[in-house]
Amino acid sequence: MYLESILGLIISSVLRKSLETKTNLPQWDKVLLIIMYASIGLLVWSMLSRRNGNLIMCLGHLLVFYLVYIVFKNKEFRFSKPFIYSLLPLIIISFVDNIAQWVSADFYNKWNSFFDAAMTFAYVWVGAMWIITKRQRKALENERIKTQELEKEFKLNEKIKAALEVQVAERTASLTLQKEELEHTLVELKATQTQLIQSEKMASLGELTAGIAHEIQNPLNFVNNFSEVNKELLEEMQGEIAKGNFEEVRALASDIISNEEKINHHGKRADGIVKSMLQHSRVSNGVYEPTDINALADEYLRLAYHGLRAKDKSFNATLNTDYDEFIGRINVIPQDIGRVILNLITNAFYAAAHSSHTSNGVTNGPQNSHEPTIWIKTSKMSDPENSIQISVRDNGPGIPQNILDKIFQPFFTTKPTGQGTGLGLSLSYDIVKAHGGELNVVTKEGEGTEFIITLPT
Amino acid sequence: MKVLVVDDEKDMKTLFEQRFRKEIRDHSMEFAFAFSGEDALTYMKDHEHEAILILSDINMPGMSGLELLHQIKTKYEKPPPFVMMITAYGDDENYNQAMKLGADDFLTKPVDFNLLKEKLKIEKNG
Repeated sequence: MYLESILGLIISSVLRKSLETKTNLPQWDKVLLIIMYASIGLLVWSMLSRRNGNLIMCLGHLLVFYLVYIVFKNKEFRFSKPFIYSLLPLIIISFVDNIAQWVSADFYNKWNSFFDAAMTFAYVWVGAMWIITKRQRKALENERIKTQELEKEFKLNEKIKAALEVQVAERTASLTLQKEELEHTLVELKATQTQLIQSEKMASLGELTAGIAHEIQNPLNFVNNFSEVNKELLEEMQGEIAKGNFEEVRALASDIISNEEKINHHGKRADGIVKSMLQHSRVSNGVYEPTDINALADEYLRLAYHGLRAKDKSFNATLNTDYDEFIGRINVIPQDIGRVILNLITNAFYAAAHSSHTSNGVTNGPQNSHEPTIWIKTSKMSDPENSIQISVRDNGPGIPQNILDKIFQPFFTTKPTGQGTGLGLSLSYDIVKAHGGELNVVTKEGEGTEFIITLPT
Repeated sequence: MKVLVVDDEKDMKTLFEQRFRKEIRDHSMEFAFAFSGEDALTYMKDHEHEAILILSDINMPGMSGLELLHQIKTKYEKPPPFVMMITAYGDDENYNQAMKLGADDFLTKPVDFNLLKEKLKIEKNG
């Protein structure tokens, strides 16, 4: 008899609590609250009054059915359906039980045990459903917690991502700044490099000055003296003409002509030296032209040799040249390759002289066991194909292994401070590379060093 | 008087022959030419009994003029020949070294032949 009111009370309060209707579904909350109070009212009424039992029962069933109806009819309650399913057998059986009791007490009594069994089944069902639902809820709850954790993680990741983006922006800005600074530095470095190349050129020109002086003074000696001689000869000729001694005049004339030729020859020689000196100091305009490598090598060999002889009078060296006449003209920037050859030759002389230095300042030629010697050799190569080699070898002390890998580094020098820029080999290396060639070194301590320029033709 | 001119420049021979053509013509002076230090030593060995005067270049391939000077001054003790250095290197260091090795005089190229003639005349007479 109390069952319906209790069910009404339970269902309405469970719905309100589980769905939090107060906040989520305020319009339904009111209805459910009314039903709840109505159920309480019915319960109290049924407890106080022995009469009107059937009316109370009917009202109870109506309330319960109305609740069931609400849940199945409205979408908002779809999550509460399993709860209603668990109570449904109890609701129906209790209704049928009551109807049967009301319509025919005999029939009811006759099937009493059946009704009892049905009721028991209904309770068992409620219990079973409750357990299942609880289990499902637990699983759902776990799932929900997991989802929440994932969400938390996601949010955290978003936060990190945002922070990272800020960092990336900051770094990008600082990198851009650094890049600009570096570009600026690079421009400065390039300017410095140009300056250094120029000073290296000037330094090597300085080494050459004495050689150039010698090379110019010698032709000048002939130009001056032969022209003075010619003046004397012409004066003499005037005398002979006056005397009418034409045999002598003819002889004097041919002497004058031959002297004129010598003046011309030596004048041109001086001119050539001055030109090559200018070419050497000029900023390279980078023009490739077919160049006679043998002539180039020979010219710089002569300049370097005289340069060193001028500085160190005691120095004496044997020069061995072996020019391959079949190498022809090679397309190079003549000043640049000339500079490389000059540098290698100057180094070779320095090394050879270094090895033969004697304390009294005078070497005794053949008596000295070590005769400074350098070898210049050009050759056409078949491997690599279509290439030529220029080799500069000396019999100096050789390059120690521990500095061998440093010799091409800028500013590396073994010469005393102020005597070498340390740029010669470094620049030579760059020049040969720029020509698509290679600069290699073969050295053996105590025996000598050979530098080999390989150039493509 | 015989003068031995040592220089690797071959045209020096022509120049000396023309500059001293009068002296050569009247046999007041006689010239011999060597184109290297080694040649000069050979010549001196072959003409040991001649009184000669040597004019030598310094910068020559092979034996340098200073080396030649050194050898002459140490080998030929009595009397060591008169040696004059003629070089394109007119710097003090060259001059001092030549003097230290016993050079009797020093001239720079381009050669002033009037000055050279004066010096030779003094040497010849003195």
